[in-house]
Amino acid sequence: MAATKIKFKPVKLSAKRAVAAPRHAPVIPLNDRRLNFGNKWDYAPAPEDSKNYIIAPRHELFINGKFTAPHSGKHFDTINPATEDKITEIALGDAEDVDLAVRAARRAYEKVWSKMPGRERGKYLYRIARIIQEKSRELAVLETMDGGKPIKETRDVDLPIVAAHFFYHAGWADKLQYAFPGRTPRPLGVVGQIIPWNFPLLMAAWKIAPALACGNTVVIKPSKTTSLTLVRLAQIFQEAELPEGVVNVITGVGETGTAIVKHPDVNKIAFTGSTEIGKQLAQMVVGTDKRITLELGGKAANIVFEDAPIDQAIEGIIAGIYFNMGHVCCAGSRLLVQESIYPKVVKKLRDRIQTLRIGNPLDKNTDIGAINNKPQLEKIRELVQSGADEGAEVVQTQCKLPERGYWYPPTFLTGVTASHRVAQEEIFGPVLSVMTFRTPEEAVERANNTPYGLSAGVWTDKGSKIFKIVHQLRAGVVWANTYNKFDPTSPFGGYKESGFGREGGIQGLAAYCRLD
Amino acid sequence: MSTRLDVKKTYKLYLGGKFPRSESGRYLPAKSAKGEHLDNFAHASRKDFRDAVVAARSAVAGWGNASAYNRGQILYRAAEMLQNRAAELVAEIARSTNVSAAKAKREVTLAIDRLVHFAGWTDKYQQVFGSVNPVASSHFNFSTPEPTGVVVVLAPDEPSLLALVSLVAPVILSGNAAIVIASEKFPLPAATFAEILATSDLPGGVVNLLTGKRAELVPHIATHMDVNAIVDGAGDAELSAKLQAGTAINLKRYSKYSLAPADWFSAKAENPYRILDTVEFKTAWHPIGV
Repeated sequence: MAATKIKFKPVKLSAKRAVAAPRHAPVIPLNDRRLNFGNKWDYAPAPEDSKNYIIAPRHELFINGKFTAPHSGKHFDTINPATEDKITEIALGDAEDVDLAVRAARRAYEKVWSKMPGRERGKYLYRIARIIQEKSRELAVLETMDGGKPIKETRDVDLPIVAAHFFYHAGWADKLQYAFPGRTPRPLGVVGQIIPWNFPLLMAAWKIAPALACGNTVVIKPSKTTSLTLVRLAQIFQEAELPEGVVNVITGVGETGTAIVKHPDVNKIAFTGSTEIGKQLAQMVVGTDKRITLELGGKAANIVFEDAPIDQAIEGIIAGIYFNMGHVCCAGSRLLVQESIYPKVVKKLRDRIQTLRIGNPLDKNTDIGAINNKPQLEKIRELVQSGADEGAEVVQTQCKLPERGYWYPPTFLTGVTASHRVAQEEIFGPVLSVMTFRTPEEAVERANNTPYGLSAGVWTDKGSKIFKIVHQLRAGVVWANTYNKFDPTSPFGGYKESGFGREGGIQGLAAYCRLD
Repeated sequence: MSTRLDVKKTYKLYLGGKFPRSESGRYLPAKSAKGEHLDNFAHASRKDFRDAVVAARSAVAGWGNASAYNRGQILYRAAEMLQNRAAELVAEIARSTNVSAAKAKREVTLAIDRLVHFAGWTDKYQQVFGSVNPVASSHFNFSTPEPTGVVVVLAPDEPSLLALVSLVAPVILSGNAAIVIASEKFPLPAATFAEILATSDLPGGVVNLLTGKRAELVPHIATHMDVNAIVDGAGDAELSAKLQAGTAINLKRYSKYSLAPADWFSAKAENPYRILDTVEFKTAWHPIGV
């Protein structure tokens, strides 16, 4: 269906090799003309020093303002996915710990936080925001070590937005009546929050800041693989003298999260994670008066029209899928290219991915860090294999991957059809599925042909076309001539099976207020 | 002396602008509050519900893309039709619920005013609830509400007309298409209201009406994959839980909207925030530059 067929040899990924060692997986020989960088792209290592920051050997639960050993007495290891080295031990919270945390949150809600004037609540949030800014580099380094994200991103994207979220919501705390004309907003009570591993601190900020600004108290659980920075954030809450019990951090596993959702004294659940888990949580609150907001998976279409600014679009495609190793629910994982420019786009894309630097996430030059965890790496391998098996052509960068750790090279698949698994399932890795379209109508239909509806991208220099396409896309966030931009003032959240509710902006406050 | 024999009618469903009987061939007797047999009405089946979803889905594109000004005029036109045929509805409510004509009239006039009220929201709710967002980067960023699509509305038994109008108006004013499950106890005012809507300018399929047994339809509503949202005004805890379970199937939006019968006559039933139960906020970004 491509206007001009580009010759790529399909990668032959045997099932065995794909599972055993994709770092050695055969890479497409780029047999036609390509960029030759020679050794000009060999940079000297420029690692951010991690030795300045002392990491305690063990991290406990944060309940009622104090760090507390878990009821189970058990801890689990958290590792650096770039090296597979153990970083520290994290407390394994269970239902007993959750109960203590919910009780502490309830007490704090009733005795302190809901009674405090909004202005004072706001001042705590401002104070927290300032401390986060001060400790920004340390938190970025820890986030990179614990999650595998390149320091360039944690330092320049995650942490600045984390602080910005607290600043933005701090200002709302005494102005909520202006957010809801004709209504008097009141807090909901105790909020249970469960966050994923792709943006650990950022998701914590997205959840905690609006909850506190609106007068709620919080019990929050990070993902098992990325607990470290949230426990550090709890230390910041202590340092900010946030009243005890206002935020409680329960580290642990899936059952820990279930205990939060099922706890009878929790008034609201906010979850970010997979659609599969989101649906399970939605089932758990059936028949209760608990409110729930869900920010779930995505399979975003990034649509490039023939009248797009091509070089800008290529950068947007790269940012859309390879940002944070593609561990992004709103990643532009389905590239829809208008047929007339397909050969040009694929050629440029193929060249561009060769320039992405993969390796030590703490290195300031690194573009692509480590895959967050082993099961995720296996899932990515499995899905790319399925793409190859179903007839797509696999294009990967030719670069050496580190010996240890979890790595996957930037990859895209051409010749993908709408029925391929790689076109339907969320891969949550640095893997792009490339498809074509002829007319704007076809682009919209293909883009909307998914149960998800979180985000989308549109690339064209024609303004009226942007408005038309943006309007027709069934997605909560649409980036036009840009991609993967985030801001605390800008609401984020999905249509359809990407969840419900918005986070950020004036609309995001509604998730944490009672209006009747 | 021979008296004239009244002509009895069977009240039918309202699907896609047409009035079919139930495909199941079933009907139920409508009874007044005192238990007299009034007329028969269609007993909707699962298939009727599925047909209603198809009708609603096909109406979404046209209605959702109609201008807000146009939707407002059409809703106002519906109020005009309602006013014109108020006497018919007053009689229908009075004979169904055995209330006085004065009380029935109060319900009908309030329903008319409520429709007028919500007609005015079609081109205002976006301005009140949407936003331009001052992002820190060089981008123009704005959030606008859009209709979610196909919405099932469950009306309570009483007040059979006013509650239905108060529930449906905030759903359709934004551009959604609705499938309304009418009062089970007093379905005739709802069916008459559908006949009035059919002669307003509201495009077929924007409002579809099913009469029959709620409990029979609820499991199919919860599991249907092409329903975007449920507005539950029925006020039945057991059915609520079943409907809410639908969120776990395709994450259809579920909102409970039950008021005490008297509250449907109050300002509580004119809450514009209810419009937000069946819209999605879309946020668009664009770089600023030359």
